[in-house]
Amino acid sequence: MAEIRVEHLHKAFHGFVAVQNSNFVIEDRTFFVMLGPSGCGKTTTLRMIAGLELPTSGRILLDGADVTFKRASERDIAFVFQLFALYPHMNVRRNIGFPLVSTGMKRAEVKARVEEAARILRITDLLDRPVSGLSSGDRQRVALGRAIVRRPMAFMMDEPLGALDSEMRDVMCGELRGLHDRLKATTVYVTHDQTEAMSLGDKIAVMSHGVIEQWGTPREVYDRPASVFVADFIGSPPMNLLTFHDGLQPGRGSVRVGEADIGIPAPREAVTKRDLILGVRPEHVRLSDAARLRGEVFGTEYLGTTQIVTVTTPHGVTRARLAANVKVSIGEAVGLEFRPDRISVFDAASGQAIRTALHDHPHPMEHAHV
Amino acid sequence: MSDVHAPRPFSEPSPLARRLAAAAVVLYAVIAILPLLWIGATAFKSQADAIAYPPKILFTPTLEGFVDLFTVQTHQSHDFIAKLPPPATWWEKIARDRDMVIAGPSRVVERFLNSLIIGFGSTILATFLGTLAAYGFSRFRVPLADDLMFFILSTRMMPPIAVAVPIYMMYRWLGLYDTRIGMILLYTAVNVSLAVWLLKGFIDEIPREYEEAALVDGYTRLQAFRKVVLPQAVTGIAATAIFCLIFSWNEYAFNLLLTSSEAQTMPPFIPFIIGEGGQNWPAVAAGTTLFLLPIVVFTIALRKHLLRGITFGAVRK
Repeated sequence: MAEIRVEHLHKAFHGFVAVQNSNFVIEDRTFFVMLGPSGCGKTTTLRMIAGLELPTSGRILLDGADVTFKRASERDIAFVFQLFALYPHMNVRRNIGFPLVSTGMKRAEVKARVEEAARILRITDLLDRPVSGLSSGDRQRVALGRAIVRRPMAFMMDEPLGALDSEMRDVMCGELRGLHDRLKATTVYVTHDQTEAMSLGDKIAVMSHGVIEQWGTPREVYDRPASVFVADFIGSPPMNLLTFHDGLQPGRGSVRVGEADIGIPAPREAVTKRDLILGVRPEHVRLSDAARLRGEVFGTEYLGTTQIVTVTTPHGVTRARLAANVKVSIGEAVGLEFRPDRISVFDAASGQAIRTALHDHPHPMEHAHV
Repeated sequence: MSDVHAPRPFSEPSPLARRLAAAAVVLYAVIAILPLLWIGATAFKSQADAIAYPPKILFTPTLEGFVDLFTVQTHQSHDFIAKLPPPATWWEKIARDRDMVIAGPSRVVERFLNSLIIGFGSTILATFLGTLAAYGFSRFRVPLADDLMFFILSTRMMPPIAVAVPIYMMYRWLGLYDTRIGMILLYTAVNVSLAVWLLKGFIDEIPREYEEAALVDGYTRLQAFRKVVLPQAVTGIAATAIFCLIFSWNEYAFNLLLTSSEAQTMPPFIPFIIGEGGQNWPAVAAGTTLFLLPIVVFTIALRKHLLRGITFGAVRK
């Protein structure tokens, strides 16, 4: 098992920059998820760590050893591909044993290791079947078997659940997390699905246009988005973003959005008057007749236990996650109230979060109000 | 179609349609195979039967054609033959029955061996080179790859015989004239462009992930190529090999021009079998039948791959 350190990693293809100066550390035994829209450079980063792609510049360290320009076969990393990449001319047993055969391992030991891997994944009964007849879930298990069988230093997974239907994806998601908890192997997992990222990852790196926008626990990324991109990308529905024009002073915990004074976590830096963006999660929005921030109900979406109420305001559309029994009618004028301690403020020009009391504690939820 | 609301599944045509389709296929097969049957039958006819009109469907089979094919004979008077000791072998007897004496073996075996060596030699070489080149074009960033691929294709655009004279002079100068190696090189050069193009298509269809999986599984690029790419390209390689073999096996013009006695193959040789007077059709038919056999065997041996190869891409998911 290994720690993976990525330093100033940069990759350009024909002038197109896929990955820009990435820096991050994946601690040993961490399930690390790289999340981002397609084309953000997450797969390229993964392939560079695995050795399937060479970086333009930068370094990759595997347990302290520089592997940046080593062959994939010399890195002791297993890779699980989105489309499984099971060798079609081999049966399940030979597929799983293939990485061991390359090491010149004795046949009896290969057999034992393959059977052990199959037992862990509960595919022992499939071992002598050709891979072509398998269901997608079983194919995925075989692909995982091929990865775990040689006990590598780290696992790379490129959207491994992307080819499964949603039901199977939930099942495999649980299995993957269970497998990780048992094997405790450093895993780098690439996905564009935030639900997968949140439920699987110990740490998440959110990427956009070749840049890591934020890197932290799912909770940090959700509660304290480092940029407008992260705020908008994570959460369903995403964070509400309201534009306003005001300045910030350290210690003054409120901003003026149009007519309304809105409480925010005390800023930790001074900001001159400029265009700012206020970010608030839908679950931190309440309807209140007394509130000065007014809007009109545009629509409601009933979700069973909750409902999403969309309100148009002069500062932008705001969605509120409310209890399902709250009665709202379309066209109704309502006032909006936000939970002040959970608000993020961003600089509209740079898109970056402004430091406030929200960032004081490493784990805001542990200090959260009841 | 009795019930409009429950049409038959697409995969199950009606029994009548099936029977009609089968009948059409059989009819076509009969028409296609008729010339081959004709050749095969003529090989076992006597010279008189071969040119009989109306053609004889039923005839007494004889090996005269094959004896004429494999031997050189001289015509002798009936009296001369009567004075000879009795024939030692069945083929001598067949010859003498027609007032002929066997003077020695013909060169057909040599020509046939030349065909095999040159045909299979150039096929193996073209397919081998084609596979490597196609893999390179398919997987690596080759500078000017598109232009190079077009250049390779362009060697096929001109009818090869248009350069026959320069090649003849070149071969004379290089000492390749009338050599098997010269013919192998020439057919390889003609076939390799076809092989590269066909195989590139096949290899492009093999997802890169398979090799990448092998690379991270501890194999070198060459091992990954051998253990993962080749087994999956086997269909394409077999189809390509058949096309290459068919070309070099049947090639006539270059062989006629560039060989005289050593490296001549069957196609330019067969017309000479007809003999003085141009009547010996059974011998020609026997030679043709012999000539057809290897390609029939080769194609049947690889037919599973050939069929899959031709429909490659259509049946993949």
